[in-house]
Amino acid sequence: MSDVAASPNRRRGIVSLTLMAGIMLVGLHIAIGLLTLVWLPYEPNAFTGGRLEGASLAHWVGTDRLGRDLFTQLMIGSRIALTVGLGAVAIGATIGVSIGILAAFASRWLDDALAATLDILIAFPTLLIAMLVVAASDTASLGSAIVALGIALSAIVARLTRILAKRVLVMDYITAARTSGSSWPKIVAIHVLPNIWPTLSVNFALQFGLAVIAEASLSYLGLGAPPPNASWGRMLQEAQGTVYTAPLGAIAPGIALVSLAIGVNLLADGLRARIDAARTLS
Amino acid sequence: MSPLLEITGLSVRSATKVLVDTLSLTLQRGERLGLIGESGSGKSLTALAATGLLAPGLRASGSVKLAGREVVGAADRDLDQLRGKAVAIVFQEPLTALDPLMRVGRQIREPLRRRARRDGRPLSGQALDAAVLAIMVDVALPDPVRIARAYPHELSGGQRQRVAIAMAIACEPDLLIADEPTTALDVTTQAEIMALLDRLVRDRNMALLFISHDLPLVASAVEQVIVLRQGVAVESGPVARVFSEPAHDYTRSLLSAARRFDAALEGRQ
Ligand SMILES: Nc1ncnc2c1ncn2[C@@H]1O[C@H](COP(=O)(O)OP(=O)(O)OP(=O)(O)O)[C@@H](O)[C@H]1O
Ligand SMILES: [Mg+2]
Repeated sequence: MSDVAASPNRRRGIVSLTLMAGIMLVGLHIAIGLLTLVWLPYEPNAFTGGRLEGASLAHWVGTDRLGRDLFTQLMIGSRIALTVGLGAVAIGATIGVSIGILAAFASRWLDDALAATLDILIAFPTLLIAMLVVAASDTASLGSAIVALGIALSAIVARLTRILAKRVLVMDYITAARTSGSSWPKIVAIHVLPNIWPTLSVNFALQFGLAVIAEASLSYLGLGAPPPNASWGRMLQEAQGTVYTAPLGAIAPGIALVSLAIGVNLLADGLRARIDAARTLS
Repeated sequence: MSPLLEITGLSVRSATKVLVDTLSLTLQRGERLGLIGESGSGKSLTALAATGLLAPGLRASGSVKLAGREVVGAADRDLDQLRGKAVAIVFQEPLTALDPLMRVGRQIREPLRRRARRDGRPLSGQALDAAVLAIMVDVALPDPVRIARAYPHELSGGQRQRVAIAMAIACEPDLLIADEPTTALDVTTQAEIMALLDRLVRDRNMALLFISHDLPLVASAVEQVIVLRQGVAVESGPVARVFSEPAHDYTRSLLSAARRFDAALEGRQ
């Protein structure tokens, strides 16, 4: 008989470059988002400079067509993007995981019906579903955008959860728990959820990225948070007419959006690599 | 007194096939019975049907009485009372028998605590930890304090199987079903695990349903055997008689295959 092998700590040592880069990019946005709660360079809606100014020491990325500071708006954009991403993923995860677990336990025909419904929902683009939900709630607000995106994401989460849970449920340790008289809710809590969590968490990171981009798209279309909230999507839309005379107004929110999306995806990739490494160790 | 396990005319069907065909067997308290047959003959399905744990796509008919209670067609809620008291199972594959993400000690603690609570003598805290360690010592796990904190992938195959056995006996079952508990192990470890099962079954006065395709192994562990072929019991009786005077061609072919295998092993030494 061999001795107890590698210590579990070894797994925690694997923090790849990808993961580091992801953490840094996302961390930067989080830091900026938190900072906006206590400090901003300017009043976001104050006319603090000339119209469409270029970058200067006073206005790091210039001003918009009303003379408001763009950097201030970008910073607020970080907060809004993170809020929408977190909110949408939290809603999508709650609804999706519940439905997925239910489907995994459901009788044959209910499971088939749920699976088919989810497949149909997933065939619709996330953005389209979100637009329909926003349209259904008559005022566009930050809240309605979050709920809309959360509902749109929940189908993807539900399908993944269903498949992952089914894979765990056929394991002998589940049958062993059943033979020893453990109840289903208990089995879900201590065996199923912990075992599907690693894969789910990677997926949540990807969903977060999707939600951030979808929110920008909604705002671009005028279906996102209404004006006092500076969303990157709306900044892009407002800069559209002046993109040749003042390109910074479009480039800056573009870079902000892309950097957060890339950061989240790097984070997801890094997490996945880490989980795979832990799996091959076991 | 009624038998611990009484299976009468049990059939298990999938949508297209009969997988176990009108099987009957009886097991008294403290008795040891072997269920043998080649891969796919329905051994594991019989064990699962006996505990009411067949996969959703499969249907059982006939009668399975466990500790006097009917299992076929019974509601899960009623069976939960029976499970973990009347019966526990040790599975074939020790890797999937343990939750990869849960520390070993906790995996033993869960059934132990459940059993204690049901018996109206709830255990918790240090008393529970001590009981976990006691069971780990009983199944001869080395350095139990350290292993209790380890994850399954940090253990050897033999150690994992000992943990699986510890989880089963933590339920203090009247009947232990061992579904090919040594198939995934090397020969030396196999012998150790067999000796352990033998001791535990005797010490705790459990009945044993031992499932295997390995005839010599079965012969050493049980008194009675049933030979299963494509879901049908083709022969049954005391181990010595079935092995010395097999009545059925299939048993003879199983036996001669085992002898050829033994001869080949000896020839190599
Ligand atoms: N859920 C299921 N649905 C349909 N058929 C199944 C299912 N589970 C098992 N079977 C079939 O039932 C037959 C008996 O399976 P079982 O697992 O009882 O075999 P076994 O005797 O335990 O074999 P082994 O020695 O390989 O473990 C096999 O042919 C198998 O393909
Ligand atoms: Mg089997």
